This record gives sequence, C-alpha cells and structure tokens, in this order.
Amino acid sequence: MNATVLSSTTAPAARPARRCRWCDTLDAWLPKLVVAPTFVCSLVFVYGYILWTAVLSLTPSRLLPNYEFAGLAQYEALFDNERWWQALSNLAVFGGGFIVICLAVGLLLAVLLDQKIRAEGFIRSIYLYPMALSFIVTGTAWKWILNPEFGIEKLVHDWGFTNFTFDWLIDPEWSIYTVIVAAVWQSSGFVMALFLAGLRGIDDSIIKAAQVDGASMPTIYRRIIIPSLRPVFFSSFMILAHIAVKSFDLVMALTNGGPGFSSDLPATFMYSFAFTRNQIGLGAASAMMMLMIVVAVIVPFMYSEMRRSRHG
Amino acid sequence: MGALSIRNVRKSYHGNEILKGIDLEIDKGEFLILVGPSGCGKSTLLSMIAGLDSVTSGEIRIGDRVVNDLSPKDRDIAMVFQSYALYPNMTVRENISFGLQIRKVPAAEQARIVERVANTLQIGHLLDRKPSQLSGGQRQRVAMGRAISREPSLFLFDEPLSNLDAKLRVEMRTEIKLLHQRMGTSIVYVTHDQIEAMTLGDKIAVMKAGEVQQFGTPQEIYDNPANLFVAGFMGSPSMNFIPAKVEAVGSGYGVKLESGQRTHVFPVPGGDGKLKAWEGREVLFGIRPEQITHKSESRLGLPQFQTAEMPIRLTEPTGPDTMVLVPINGKDVVCRVHPAHAGQPGESMELMFDLSKSVFFDPASEQRIA
Amino acid sequence: MADMSVAHTAGASKLGRFIIYGLLALVCLYYLMPLFVMLSTSLKSLDEIRAGNLLSLPGEFRTDAWVKAWDSACTGVQCEGLKGFFWNSVSFVVPAVVISTMIGAFNGYALTMYRFRGSDLVFGMLMIGCFIPFQVVLLPMAQTLGALGIANSTLGLVFVHVVYGAAFTTLFFRNYYVTIPDELVKAAKIDGAGFLRIFFSIILPLSVPIIVVSVIWQFTQVWNDFLFGVVFSSGDRQPITVALNNLVNTSTGVKEYNVDMAAAIIAALPTLLVYIVAGKYFVRGLTAGAVKG
Ligand SMILES: Nc1ncnc2c1ncn2[C@@H]1O[C@H](COP(=O)(O)OP(=O)(O)OP(=O)(O)O)[C@@H](O)[C@H]1O
Ligand SMILES: [Mg+2]
Repeated sequence: MNATVLSSTTAPAARPARRCRWCDTLDAWLPKLVVAPTFVCSLVFVYGYILWTAVLSLTPSRLLPNYEFAGLAQYEALFDNERWWQALSNLAVFGGGFIVICLAVGLLLAVLLDQKIRAEGFIRSIYLYPMALSFIVTGTAWKWILNPEFGIEKLVHDWGFTNFTFDWLIDPEWSIYTVIVAAVWQSSGFVMALFLAGLRGIDDSIIKAAQVDGASMPTIYRRIIIPSLRPVFFSSFMILAHIAVKSFDLVMALTNGGPGFSSDLPATFMYSFAFTRNQIGLGAASAMMMLMIVVAVIVPFMYSEMRRSRHG
Repeated sequence: MGALSIRNVRKSYHGNEILKGIDLEIDKGEFLILVGPSGCGKSTLLSMIAGLDSVTSGEIRIGDRVVNDLSPKDRDIAMVFQSYALYPNMTVRENISFGLQIRKVPAAEQARIVERVANTLQIGHLLDRKPSQLSGGQRQRVAMGRAISREPSLFLFDEPLSNLDAKLRVEMRTEIKLLHQRMGTSIVYVTHDQIEAMTLGDKIAVMKAGEVQQFGTPQEIYDNPANLFVAGFMGSPSMNFIPAKVEAVGSGYGVKLESGQRTHVFPVPGGDGKLKAWEGREVLFGIRPEQITHKSESRLGLPQFQTAEMPIRLTEPTGPDTMVLVPINGKDVVCRVHPAHAGQPGESMELMFDLSKSVFFDPASEQRIA
Repeated sequence: MADMSVAHTAGASKLGRFIIYGLLALVCLYYLMPLFVMLSTSLKSLDEIRAGNLLSLPGEFRTDAWVKAWDSACTGVQCEGLKGFFWNSVSFVVPAVVISTMIGAFNGYALTMYRFRGSDLVFGMLMIGCFIPFQVVLLPMAQTLGALGIANSTLGLVFVHVVYGAAFTTLFFRNYYVTIPDELVKAAKIDGAGFLRIFFSIILPLSVPIIVVSVIWQFTQVWNDFLFGVVFSSGDRQPITVALNNLVNTSTGVKEYNVDMAAAIIAALPTLLVYIVAGKYFVRGLTAGAVKG
C-alpha cells in the first residue's frame, strides 16, 4: 500500500466546489418546480373541473352552458327519468355479475395455474391478452359472436340442436348480460394475474408448516391461502368496481345501449345526454351521480380495509 | 482549531424532538465514534453534519466555517453509507471519479487519483466492474475509495461495517484504523457495535434518546461511566448491576452481598466519602465480569480484592474464558474466569472480586454515585 | 407457493393433474375463441359467412375484407377505410405517451427522493385523479378545449391524455423509486451533484424497466381509449377506436361482418403486437398500477 498517496499536496480534488448561492437556491426549489405543473393541472383539471361540473349540474344548461341557478332541478329531472333508473339498475346487475364472476374465475384460474404447471407463462399470456385489447374491439368481436343470426345460435344449430335459441343481444331483458359476458372475457385474466402474484407472495414455509401439521391441500387453501389473499381481493374489487362504473366503450360497441335503452349504463346515459341530446345540465348531474357512486363504493371499502390493516 | 464542533444542536421532526441539544468537539485528526441504541439519533446527527438534513437550532462548524447553511457539496466532507450506496449503473472507476467529475477535476488528474485510491484499497483489479459484480467486502472498499478520492477534511461513516459478516467486519475494522492512521483525516463514525466503538475511537459519544450521555475517550467511558446506561451499554458481556445495601465496615463503607446461604460485606476502597450518604440504603453496585475471577493467590491480601465462595448456576465457555453465573442478591452475576478454574453448575467456587474499579449508581436517578 | 402435490397417491395425483391440465386447456380455448373467430371471419367471403358458422374455417383465404377495411369501408359519411384514422391515432398516441412518461418520471423522482412539506399531500391528490370517473370532467374539458381552439385537434387529444395520464405514470415511477435506497441520492449530493445531475446520471439509468412499463401501459391506454376520442374529436380527426365503432355501426347496405372483423383486428394490432413483444412488462404495469390502484 502506498502511504503517501492520500496526503499528496497537489490534490485539486480537495478544492471546494465552485460556490454559487443562487444555484443552490434554485436546486432546492427544483423538486417543487418540477412537481408544480402537474399539481396545478390536477388542481384545475380534476378538482376544478369536478367543481365546474357540479356547478353545471345546478344550472338549466342545455346545448350551451348557462349559468343561471336552477337548484336541484336537474337532479329531480334525473331521478324522474326512467332511462336513468334503467341505467342504475343495469349498473347494479352488470357490476355485481361482472365483479363476482371475475373474482371467482380469476381466483380459480390462479389456483389452477399455481400447481406447478408446465408452460405456465404461455397459458398465462393467453389468459391475459384480452386486457391488451380495446373495449371497442372486444365489443365488436362479441357482438359478432353473440349475433343471433350467424353467431353461437347458428353454431349450436349446426351441431344438431335446432331448438336452441340464444338471442340475449336483442332481448331487452337479457342484453345487459351480454355486456357481462364480454367484460368478464376481457378482465378475468387480469384478476387471475393479480391473484397469482398474491399466491406467489405467500411464504412457502407457512404452507409447509400446515402440511406438517397434517392439513390437507383443500384445507390449506380454504383456511390459510385464500384468507391471506385478502388484500388481493380488496385491490381486485376496487379495480373491477372502478371498471364497472366507468364502463362505456364496451356498451357502445356491443349494444349501443340497446335494444331501446335496455342496456344503458350511467356512463352511456351521461354521454348521450351531455353530448348528443344537448342536455348539458342533466348530463352534468348524471356525471356527479357517477362520481358519488364511485365514492360510495370505494371509500367505505378503503376505510374498512385501512382500519383492518391498522389494527393488525 | 477543532476539526468539527457541534454546539447545542437540536432537531425536531413535526414537533418531535429527536436531538435534544448536542455538544461535541473534536480536534483535527481525531476519530469520533457516535454510539447508541437504535433510534437514538446517530444517523440524524450525521446527516446534519453532512448537510443532508437541516438543523432546527444550534451550530455546526467544520474547520473554521459555520456550515449550517452550506449544501453538502460545499462542506468538504465525504460519507460512507451503511448500504454503501454505490451507483449501480456505473463501474467502480466511474463511482470513484463521479465526485471528481462534478468538481471539474481534469480527466488526467481524475485518472491519477482513481489509480492511487485503487492502490491504497487494493481494488485495482475491480475498476471496470459494476457494483453488482462485487462481494460485500469489495463494495465496502469501493465505498471507502469513493470517499477518500476527494480528500475531504472530514469523513462521515454511517455503520459502514454492519452489512458484513463477522470475520470481514473485524478485518475491515483494522483496515479503517490503519487508513485513519495513515491519512490523519478527522472521522465521525456511527455504530451501534460497542466493540467497534472501543477499538476505533479516539473519542466516543454515547447517545441515548437524542442526548449525549457521555463524551470521552474509550478508556474513560469504560472505566468511568457517567451513568447506568453508559455502564451497561459499553462492554460485552455487559457490566453486572447488583442491588445492594451500603453498610459501614471498619472505618469505611462496603456493600452487603448475599449468595447461597452466606452474606458478605465487601469494603469499597476509597468509597468512604461518596457512599457515606447512602449508608443503610440500597444502591446499584456495578462490577464488570472481568473483575470477578477465580481466586489468585498472588493477589490475596491486597485491600481491593475480596474473595467469597459462591454457588454456580451455569457456565458458558467462550474459549479463552468461561463465563460463570452466580446468584448474588437475587441477580445472576456473570464472572469471567479462566476455563481451568471454572467449576461445574451445582458446585460452588471461590471467586475473587476486584473492587478497585467497581462503580455505584443511584437506583432512582440511575446516575453515578461513586 | 409451489409444492402442492405432496403426499398424494400416484394414481389420484395423476388423474388430478390430468383434470387440471384439461381445465386449463379448455379455458385457453375460451380465451382464444374470439380471436380465432375474428380472424377466420375476416378471411371469409360474405357467402361463406352465411353458409358456415363461427367455427368453420374459411375455404380460401381472401384478403379483400382487409383491404376494404383499411382503404374504403364506410365510417359514417365518408368511405375511406381506417387508414386515416390509424395514423390519427399514431399522431397523438406517440407524443402523449412520451410526454406523460417523462412527466411521470420527473414527478416520481421529485416526490420520492426530495420529500418536501406537503409532497405526500400532492401525491395523494394526484392519486385521487386516477379514481374519478372521467365523465365528471368531460363537459368542462370540452368547454376549455373549445375556448383554447384545440378542440378536435391532435394537440387537444395529446393534452387530455397527458393531463389525465400523468397521475398514472407518476404512480408507476413513484412506486418504483421508493424501492431505490435514499442513500444513493444522498451519496450523490455529497459528491456534489444537483437535482438534475442526479436524475440524469444516476436515477434515469436505473429506470429502464419502469420506463418500459410506463410506455407500454400508456400506449395501451391511449391507443385503446374511446371516451376522450369520441367526445373531443369528430369527423376525420377521430382516433381509430371511434372510427371502428362507426364502421361497425354504419348501416348502409348489407352488413359486412368480414370487414368489421378485419377492421377490429387492425385496430387491435398495435397493442396486440406490443403485448406479444413485451407482455412481461405489460403485466408488470397492470399489477404495479393495481397495487395502489
Ligand atoms: N425524516 C424523519 N421524520 C420523522 N422522524 C424521523 C425522520 N428521520 C428519523 N426520524 C426519527 O428520528 C429518530 C432517530 O433516527 P436515526 O435514524 O437518527 O436513528 P439511529 O440512531 O441512526 O438508529 P439506527 O441505529 O437504527 O440507525 C428515530 O426515532 C426516527 O424515527
Ligand atoms: Mg442509523
């Protein structure tokens, strides 16, 4: 080792860096400056616009905004509107069916895929590809598949079951269920991926310990593994609920809200009143209601989950 | 002129006082150890010296400059982190020269410095590797290389060895000490390992809950702990604290110890003045394991040595010594005896107490009495 | 989470595995069926479609449906196929993805490595932006774009997608950067580097995986978007998703299912390709978004 090295006198390295008060101040402000535009955008384009929409919903605006105060007239009109009620009840049917089926299918597929499957990566990517597609594409494809003339019905007829009818797409009673079918096809693989990631995150030794204790595999799943996936259920639920409330494209492509308005959802309702029927005030009121639905679903869920995690 | 002086430095986060008035001062070339239990504020203090954190009040001087408002780059310091914090995307060479490059050191000069540093730390063959291709010890060296390349006037180390395995830690400890001897640069070194503290430091500041409990040389702190906390923190195995009553013995005072069925009163040399006020009351009698050994004939009769026969509860051989546990006043007391003299559990053995370095604490305030 | 097949008799476990593989394969068929149907339908003639059924294979591969979908299918009043709309989408997707990813990277860096008073609040505010149903901002945004004169323009769509995408990209980058030790930035500060220098010399080179994730995620989102496209653009400025929907719902003359399907595949092709090439990152983006989502 060279002992003189570090006491050499010629070390320019030791000279203090160029002093520049102004640069230091700027540097201290840079992080805030960098975040500021996004912050302002969020303030204006999210919070400000929510407020603006709220204001619009209290006005009699039709084709153009008109800032007279109309009280809750638009909300009254909204809740007198049969189509809105249809949209809400469709949302309940669609949201419930979509979420429950996606969770069940996702969990089942994840558990199956977790059995040391050969070609797991390949299978997983097949389950997931619909997620890369636009809802419009999905809607178009399923519209064709569910088409009563040439679609599944014809296929089953060709197989020899000539009495089979399958016309949900044009049956006002059932049209909303076609949306569930297509939405589940698109999103269940994603839920599977979330569950699979959750399963992979479980500590192996817990399962080994349970096996040593003599628990059977189904028991281990029921009592240990699935309960420990609680956070995944939680986040999947949030995402699915969110997708359900926002669902718009799929309905537009698959049924366009029809037949009649039997498969309308709040999102399509809002679009058609705000942008095609020139009822801005009513559209704004329905948008506010959608926001409230999201808040009403997500906030209690988040709250209870946060309380749980704080207690234990 | 001191190399570093810290005057009444305080730090609060959201109204929580983390550092409660720190005063420390070291001379040029001194090796200062900050030691204390986890969460006592060592890293916070170090970050404030480095300029990574601002002080709430107080003053920090490095050399002759008050640096409170200087940014890290202007403080003429270098720092080695616990996780090494090597830039993962750069080679070892680039890691070492990054700081030089920013300071606009000419390329040729940079190359010379890297070379010298690499020689000093024997990492020449690693210069073109990425940190991910290095072992823990090698990363440690690179991190030190990065620090010394700039030849700062003060080095800051935050638990640099705690990610190494035991053997490597001892090696690197020696190497850091050699490096310090050679360079003569002042160092502030955080650790919670009291052996590191004892072996490396010129000065040790023992901290607890944001306060310096004691500041002194390693020997002072070891022999003359200011309070119960310092006495218990420094030394391994740690000092025995035996609750004991003070009694008058002859012209002086002593402590009353019960073990097995027997009671002993050991006179404390030189304890007269300070123990007088405690006559009849209970104190904590502190004695280090190495001050309780097997009986040695040659020392018999010296006034500071007392012998007593005590029952053995447990023995723990460590190799060079065997730790023998004996009950005294209801506490298990660790004694460090030569393996050849250690008895078996269930037996009893004669132990010799060296009372010259024993210390006494007020059980309520935990402050030193004598 | 692996060894699930301990302590079963060999026969039972063999049967069990057979059932598992069978189920998985069946589900694969279910997921692949729509793609297969789309593809085979797009290659059939209309007569073949009427004669056969969903699963029947095309007798001969015909590409006229594809050509028509690209070149001359009607999407409302004009009949010029999807090609113009495809390039429309490209023209706003690329800048929107690049800009929102850059913004996300800077925000994530500043918010994680330079915590300042209120930085968590800012982050929380941004995250709420991921949750709102966009319907609640559509009307004011339409007014604003109109007032700024960028309604129905590429610039307008880029703007909208950047504004509402930046929250997601920020989330990605922040979640990634919290895993990078703070000490790296501290070391660089002591070495004398400033905010930008640290970002470009140290943080950015470490960010490649998350940049890929963010780009892919944003690309998929923006390309597949329909809502902003249908609200904020019209006529020949519309993105491909809107054009596809128009094409399918244009009810002049006979319904040409083969053209519809070819058009759907064309609209899906870019994101599908990205998925095939970089599926790993796509999934990582999905789950990364979901962790906090
Ligand atoms: N940014 C911060 N905000 C709030 N509290 C903090 C912050 N940084 C540190 N603290 C608190 O300050 C106290 C001291 O922390 P510090 O990191 O200095 O401890 P330490 O002595 O280095 O501990 P260790 O030995 O575990 O590294 C801790 O209680 C910690 O929780
Ligand atoms: Mg620390």
